[in-house]
Order: sequence, then C-alpha cells, then structure tokens
Amino acid sequence: MVDVLYFAWVRERIGLPNEQVETKAATVMDLVEELRAREERYAVAFSDISALRVAVDQELAEFDAPIGTAREIAFFPPMTGG
Amino acid sequence: MVVKVQSAPFDPGAELTAFSKTGDNIGAVVSFTGLVRDVADGLQEMTIEHYPAMTERAIAEIVDEARTRWSLADALVIHRFGTLHAGDTIMMVATSSRHRADAFAAADFLMDYLKSRAPFWKKEVTSKGDGWVESKAEDEDALCRWDR
Repeated sequence: MVDVLYFAWVRERIGLPNEQVETKAATVMDLVEELRAREERYAVAFSDISALRVAVDQELAEFDAPIGTAREIAFFPPMTGG
Repeated sequence: MVVKVQSAPFDPGAELTAFSKTGDNIGAVVSFTGLVRDVADGLQEMTIEHYPAMTERAIAEIVDEARTRWSLADALVIHRFGTLHAGDTIMMVATSSRHRADAFAAADFLMDYLKSRAPFWKKEVTSKGDGWVESKAEDEDALCRWDR
C-alpha cells in the first residue's frame, strides 16, 4: 500500500489530492501504467509523462526509480516557484 | 539558516533588517523579493499550491547546496502559498557573507533553484479564466549555469 499524491493540474484532472493504492509495481513507471489502466481521467493525466515530475518519499526522482519500501509517491507538473 | 513557508503576508524590509543583524562579522547582505505580477488578461488572483511534507526540506537542501559552494554566514528563504494578488510579496531570499561576491552568487543560485526545484505551483485567475502557470524552458536552462 502506498500513498499517492497529486498536485496542481494533475490533482484537478484526477479529481483527488491523494489516495491509497494497493500496488505491486516495482518502479514508478509500473505504477503509472497501473494508474493509466484504471480510468480515463488517469489515462488523460498520465498521457504525457514528459510533462510530469515525480517525488518518491518527498525526494525528486526519475520515472524508472524503484518504489521499494517507499510510502509516498507524488505526481505533479514542473514546479513554478519563486 | 531560516526557511519559512507560510500563507501570511510578511514585511520584507523588517525581515531584511532582522536578517542583517544575524551572522558574525558579515560585510555583505544581498536580498531578492519576488512580487505577483499582473498579466495581460488582468490578474484577479494567484493561488500558490505546495507540497507541505516536501517544501521546507527541498528548500533546505537547496540552501545546503549553496552553502557548499559559497562562503555564507547565513541564508533566509520565505515563500508564501495560498491566494495572492498583483503587487503582493510572494517570496524573499537573503544571503549574507563577509564579501559581496559570495552573497550575490548564492542569492542568484537560490532563486534559480527555488523556481524550478521547490514544490510550488502557481495558478492565475484572470478575466478570461484560470490556468496553471507553465514552467519555462529558460528556467530549466538557467540551472545549467550552475553545473559543475
């Protein structure tokens, strides 16, 4: 079980700020594939992962990063701070 | 180092005055203040979303990196979230050092990294609707300046 968080337009497209996901995904990309297969709104949000960033346990990561024992995975668009 | 992530407004002048009194034998303080800019379609409000569990730590890591690169006495980062309006102060960065070159370079570095690596997202509400501010390629390119 992993907590999956969504921010900015990813949150809006999926319609949730966070959810618990039962997964056996080995990598972030595997998790993305599982989510895409769920429903259209996920498929739309994850249609172009080059437009997305991911953090694993609050650290920026790559999509091929292993999930391992991570508890929290967050998906969001490129950051626009400052 | 002080990192504050808050929705409340702050007084950059008062923060800078207080910051300038910290640090032992500093000769230079550099600060940057970011304001909400109006946009072509008329900005009604800007909403800044962030990732609370990650934000302060991500900023602290960026400041730590700056401290490995330059000789800093201290650093301050304040970044707001929530609803803001044109002219409001969004954030400020201040750095102090014995000599100005370190403080200038570190402040410049901090701004480049905060823009693209701190988990904040801006949404603008205008007379023509609302939309998320997109990151710019030039902001990402700016980080390459600091590659080593």
